[in-house]
Amino acid sequence: MSSATPKAVSAPLEFLDERVGLAKLVKSNLRKVFPDHWSFLLGEIALYSFIVLLLSGTFLTLWFKPSMQEIVYNGAYGPMQGLHMSEAFASTLDISFSVRGGLLMRQIHHWAAMLFIGAMTIHMLRVFFTGAFRKPREINWLIGTILLQLGLIEGFTGYSLPDDLLSGTGLRFVEGLIRSVPVVGTYVSFFLFGGEFPGDAIIPRLYPIHILLLPGLILALVAAHIGLVVYHKHTQHTGSGRTNKNVVGYPLMPVYMAKAGGFFFIVFGVTALMGALFQLNPVWIYGPYNAAQVGAGTQPDWYMGWVEGGLRIMPNWETHIAGFTISWNIFIPGVGLLGLLAVVMSIYPFIERWVTGDNREHHLLDKPRNQPTRTGFGVAGMTFYGLLWIGGGNDIIATTFHLAINDITWFLRIAIFIGPVIAFMITKRICIGLQRRDRDKLLHGTESGIVMRLPHGEFIEVHKPLPMEQAYELAAHDRQEPLDIGAGVDHNGVEAPNRRILRLRARVSRFWFGDAVQKPTAGELEAAHTHGHGHDDGHGELEAGESEAHRPEVGAGSGKTPT
Amino acid sequence: MSSDLSSHGEVAIPDASGAGDPIPDPGLPPHEPRLTDVDEQAAKRAERQVATLFGLAALLIIAFVVAYLVVPRHAAFLGFGASNLALGSTLGLALLFIGVGAVQWARRLMDDHEIVEERHSSSSSEQDRAEAIAVVRQGADESGIGRRTLIRRTLIGAVATLGIAPIILLADLGPLPGNKSAHTIWRRGTRIANDVTFKLLRPEDLELGQLVNAVPLTLEDLPEGKERNNARAKASVILVRMEENQIRALPNRKNWGVGGILCYSKVCTHVGCPVNLYERVTRHVLCPCHQSTFDLADNGRVVFGPAARSLPQLPIMVDADGYLVAQSDFTEPVGPSYWERG
Repeated sequence: MSSATPKAVSAPLEFLDERVGLAKLVKSNLRKVFPDHWSFLLGEIALYSFIVLLLSGTFLTLWFKPSMQEIVYNGAYGPMQGLHMSEAFASTLDISFSVRGGLLMRQIHHWAAMLFIGAMTIHMLRVFFTGAFRKPREINWLIGTILLQLGLIEGFTGYSLPDDLLSGTGLRFVEGLIRSVPVVGTYVSFFLFGGEFPGDAIIPRLYPIHILLLPGLILALVAAHIGLVVYHKHTQHTGSGRTNKNVVGYPLMPVYMAKAGGFFFIVFGVTALMGALFQLNPVWIYGPYNAAQVGAGTQPDWYMGWVEGGLRIMPNWETHIAGFTISWNIFIPGVGLLGLLAVVMSIYPFIERWVTGDNREHHLLDKPRNQPTRTGFGVAGMTFYGLLWIGGGNDIIATTFHLAINDITWFLRIAIFIGPVIAFMITKRICIGLQRRDRDKLLHGTESGIVMRLPHGEFIEVHKPLPMEQAYELAAHDRQEPLDIGAGVDHNGVEAPNRRILRLRARVSRFWFGDAVQKPTAGELEAAHTHGHGHDDGHGELEAGESEAHRPEVGAGSGKTPT
Repeated sequence: MSSDLSSHGEVAIPDASGAGDPIPDPGLPPHEPRLTDVDEQAAKRAERQVATLFGLAALLIIAFVVAYLVVPRHAAFLGFGASNLALGSTLGLALLFIGVGAVQWARRLMDDHEIVEERHSSSSSEQDRAEAIAVVRQGADESGIGRRTLIRRTLIGAVATLGIAPIILLADLGPLPGNKSAHTIWRRGTRIANDVTFKLLRPEDLELGQLVNAVPLTLEDLPEGKERNNARAKASVILVRMEENQIRALPNRKNWGVGGILCYSKVCTHVGCPVNLYERVTRHVLCPCHQSTFDLADNGRVVFGPAARSLPQLPIMVDADGYLVAQSDFTEPVGPSYWERG
């Protein structure tokens, strides 16, 4: 290493380099460039809240007893002394009342879990809407979908452990859900619970899954996820100087070490403050689990709310065939929705790739407006999720707004089908509107707010040319016109063998891109600039009755874009 | 777009000229210096700001230690647990200050010239691919896995068989269900007791419109823990009293009640939550989990919600001592449906 480095530093570095080739690693990675954008922080929040979960969770394991052995409580919390409860619940009370900082860690752990899944969800939406899942990142998208689902299960196993009234009710729901699985449901339920519900096996069994198996899997997948980000280099938004072949930003050392490292402390600090100030899951109010009791307004954690909603609004269908029962009312929303999430998310990048036939690598992000159909699908999905989520709180909504729960449920039963379609159409229209405005800006510049009266009496609004950087950014996306499959016949007029699939693909492609507004071509741009402000920009009425002869002069003082 | 991105497949890719069309890339904008770049005083101020944040963080950690030692565990402050509040706010603010300090350092003082790094295609070069294939071929050849089919097939067979071992090892996770789900501990003559006090119930203990949560008295004989909990999860019942002329009992259920007192399973037939929200005017009982609603005057019929089956009814009578007892076990399985239920 450098001779100028003090020996106290250089000696250990030399030791490492001679054994693991440290210098090569440092040389090639330490100045790695990452682009800057607020939306890239969402994935970081997920990562950091996971680290907070590992730290706070390890603390909790030091005191938590994953046992359903029934004991008589004689701990620090007065109102429950003398009550029968499981050791799991008693140790949760001990963590909350006898261990200093225990309640804080419990609350940090729970808040961080909510944040973890929330950040993953929003990060996933960011990746979806900007098209960051496209080649070469499809595998990382798949890893992300698995991570999201593991996160849901991990969260559920976590809030089932304290064995309080709410968590036991959650497990009761899981047992009912498993029983609804045709053929094997009853067996799976008996094997999971070690017999009948509630038994005394489920918490000792969920514990290793929650603290070892799932975190281990999540950690391994997170490592792969980040490894792929490093290999692919981060995507970037369009902007001058940013191309598909480069990445523009700041180096890992020192800027991102400070920014990302600092951001970890910020996330940890915020969860700690939430743990200090906002109470959640007060198990001492719920009491120990008793299969014959339940609290009114029982709700799962927020990320299970949509499945809960599906269960609540599903009609009560059950089929009896040849002495067997199929519980559609539970199986469809319970197992079906989680399966739907997994399947739709996993295959979407491949569907879009099939429709576009696009096999290029994409490192520049889309503006959501420039993909009206994809953005429409995304918002339709969010609407579907949101309506289910509302369903999960239908009792709270009914009591808060004095509505009939039956009306809310019936509204949702219908809205769940119509809502996403309306959302798709509206979103697509908004995207197309924004695309029109972008096109308009490129052709005619921006409105300046200055209205000018010409010598012959005409009023016009002066348009300012767009700055070069802005104009470039608005036009940096791909032109996406529907697939043209041509006539598709050879010299003898025979159709190609795969023609039917091609035709289907062309039809889907028309649906996908048929309505999109294309950015202006060089010719159109040229024409708009030499011709002054054109007639297709909505200013026609101002010029009504004017003769062509005035246009060039008008054009000189208005509607100009750069170049 | 770029030259190294080629397309495959027989279909032409839709025209996607992308960046630079129609407006050429003006290139990276020039670096704009920050105040701290040009004004040494501003840089000094920023440095002091960052150092203050780090210093405050250290002080807050000391405050955290003091709070740990000094604040009593069960004291309250402004409605908060004092210990939780003191520990959480000192730790949280300390972490926040470290984080904000570091980010501020990067934003204000570290060099902020943007760096451009070239990307390379994620795929390997044709030559690398060819070499990789050659290496794999060579390895396969040297092992002889292609030629020695007997070894290959028996190996695949052995490893596939090995997969049975972990599955069989899990068989002791639970007993087989048998018909356990179909029965509860209710028997003919089992006395009905209050579910908390285990006090026996007589018909006159129930007022008109009242709902009482109850269990079989025999529950008390079971050992505490798993056995009692499992039995309770199935055998819990609700007793309700209504005007006899309001009851629309099925023909075979005419004698299942005692003077307007009816007894139903407390376990929802949807996913098994205890039903407990009773509306005495309509005689409907609602499950708080998913809002399935049952009409207790009409044989526990489902009137709303996702539950598919009526709430099972327990036939009851009065024994020689005047206590309410069961006529038999439930005549159908209680709780959520399952495949074998029929």
